Amino acid sequence: MSFIVPSAMTSLYVFFGLITSTFLLVGARRLDGKEIVFRHGIVSSLLQQRIVILSAGAAIGILVLGFIGLIVGDYPIPAWKAIATAFWDRNNEYDFVINSLRFPRITVAVLAGICFATSGAIFQSLINNPLVSPDIIGVNNGAAVCAVILLATGGTVAYLPLAAFIGAVLASAIVYVLSWKRGVSGSRLVLVGIGFNALLGSVITFIQVRYPIERVMAAARWQAGSLFGSSWEDARTLAIGLAILLPAAFTLVNRLRLLQFGDETSVALGLSVERDRFALLTVGASLAAIAVAVIGPLGFVALLVPQIARTVVSTLTAGSLLFTGLLGGVFLLASDIIAQRLFAPVTLPAGIVTAAIGAPYFLLILVRYNRET
Amino acid sequence: MITASVVLLAVTSAPIMAGVVAKKRRTHIGPIIGSHLIGLPCALFVMAVVVFLSLRYGSLQVSWLTAWEAIFDYDSSDQKQIVVRELRVPRMFLGLAAGSSLAVAGALVQGVTRNPLAGPGILGINQGAAFAVVTAIFVADIVTPAGYVWFAFIGATVAAVLVYTVAHFGSGGPTPIKLVLSGVIVMALLGSWTSALLLLDLETFDEARFWLAGSISGRGTEELRFLFPFVIVALIVGVLMGKQVNVLNLGEDMAASMGQRTNQVRILAGLIVIVLSGSAVAIAGPIAFIGLAVPHMVRSLVGPDYRWILLYCVILGPCLLLGSDIVGRLIVRPTELQVGIVTAAVGAPFLIYLVRFTKISEI
Repeated sequence: MSFIVPSAMTSLYVFFGLITSTFLLVGARRLDGKEIVFRHGIVSSLLQQRIVILSAGAAIGILVLGFIGLIVGDYPIPAWKAIATAFWDRNNEYDFVINSLRFPRITVAVLAGICFATSGAIFQSLINNPLVSPDIIGVNNGAAVCAVILLATGGTVAYLPLAAFIGAVLASAIVYVLSWKRGVSGSRLVLVGIGFNALLGSVITFIQVRYPIERVMAAARWQAGSLFGSSWEDARTLAIGLAILLPAAFTLVNRLRLLQFGDETSVALGLSVERDRFALLTVGASLAAIAVAVIGPLGFVALLVPQIARTVVSTLTAGSLLFTGLLGGVFLLASDIIAQRLFAPVTLPAGIVTAAIGAPYFLLILVRYNRET
Repeated sequence: MITASVVLLAVTSAPIMAGVVAKKRRTHIGPIIGSHLIGLPCALFVMAVVVFLSLRYGSLQVSWLTAWEAIFDYDSSDQKQIVVRELRVPRMFLGLAAGSSLAVAGALVQGVTRNPLAGPGILGINQGAAFAVVTAIFVADIVTPAGYVWFAFIGATVAAVLVYTVAHFGSGGPTPIKLVLSGVIVMALLGSWTSALLLLDLETFDEARFWLAGSISGRGTEELRFLFPFVIVALIVGVLMGKQVNVLNLGEDMAASMGQRTNQVRILAGLIVIVLSGSAVAIAGPIAFIGLAVPHMVRSLVGPDYRWILLYCVILGPCLLLGSDIVGRLIVRPTELQVGIVTAAVGAPFLIYLVRFTKISEI
């Protein structure tokens, strides 16, 4: 059982896997739209057959990619041994590589992918604009300003996640407050977001131009978004965040669907628009802020994964939100494996690969989608 | 420096003052500038003042008289006049061209895509130019701003053409949603390649970071002299397209039923945007803020009519760019800050103020 996948080939396999899944996804549009209403006490949900199948598919994708991620790497480990070490047999020489390096990294990739994609879906639906991502409320740039200042002034790297999180929360709070004027309208939020993001961006550029290149480089590396050095600590942070925020998002998704009809209709339907919008923005921004704090600003997942999900599942339910999240997990995990293996032993930041492979992948979907409609 | 800041502040708020005078009572509904008979001369006056300020202020102080004489009564033996004539005048023209181009291009893109988050950047212009310049530094070790001009222009053009081609797939031609999406994809792709190159090589990053910040100093005038006629023609055509963009803004179906060939309008607008923002990025590097924010500012000043929006963009775009350039030259004397850094710092509070205290006309 000394089956070891050759390094660069792995990333090709993963890439082709993604391409195949694209066509499967587009094919899934033809699936029967059978619906089952699930009601139990105050919990009720609309289960669509298609969403169930797709979510199961995405979950299987995460499992398969997870196994690949455990098996392949610079340090050769037989496939069976790798899986055994991860789950039941920890008393061997592979324990450190598997349980301290590869397994936590895979977990962090999946969880962060879920965070980003769910947050992106919430923001895009809330503001009704495909160009919107959590970025618009200042999450990425806020985190980046604090992190870049910390790195450029030579601060302790251990404080990096904390600094990034504080930056993200502060920036989104400021954007929200500045947009408030007897309520927050989507378009005002977008415009204030443009202005405030540009301001934060100019602070980052200022530091880039004025500080020594080595430190600026470290900051740029962080800004590209990397999963290097992910630990179980990081995974736990993300897991706790998801455990709180994901149920909240699922509960709020019905209101989100109503909000899409516009403020007047929502009010007429009995929604307290401002409160619900605030709740949704908080949940969405927190999801993104946690993920940014742990792995850096990886904007692409939040921007495009919800788009991909929407080409297959257009209704907005808890199920479709879950599917979007899982798709984000698949996407980030696949990108990270490719980032590690493509030019092995040189590794790239995952953020670069998400965009570099994600863009052609999405292009395919867009072209196919256009041809069909 | 303080005098300059006060003058700048007074000057930039002049259009609003004019509006207040013209409308007597400022209501929060409708555009601030009520009468273009007063608004337009005021905007032009602001531009003239900013132009003169940009000739006078800098790391070398010259008097108003010297600045005036350098243009109208040139004496080539006076060193101060040489500085003004040989360095500041070309720089001022670059600022004018880049500012107008970016603002008009931004307004056109927002009109065509009907998306407030779209700017010239959405056509991949900035990322395309950045990728080309960074590649030029990485591969060929080109390190002068003048050498970047053609790479930037070609990169921007290729990226924008790519975005339009992708958006053209399928039925319906380049619809707003397809343009925006293909723009996002191409941008992400080029952006990731650029940052990969930057992270691979420290020296490339060291060179490129100054260009990437966006600046109008030290540009070669030879190459730019070639771009200028195109910019002027594109500006004129762009401003004349106001009526078409207005119709397009009513929505696809409405515009078509009014007899507009929507695809042709979108493609013509795309061509103009490519020429304008390609030239602007070649001149000044990637400055995202002007193309994105000036149209919104102008919209809150003059309302939703694109005929006026485009015209005011030509005048007020350079005001922000040149104004920021002056501030950048003054605050860290004797060195200077790249204009791209200052633009957002000067413009963002202004944008947020306008968004909060006026009724924004939505796109």
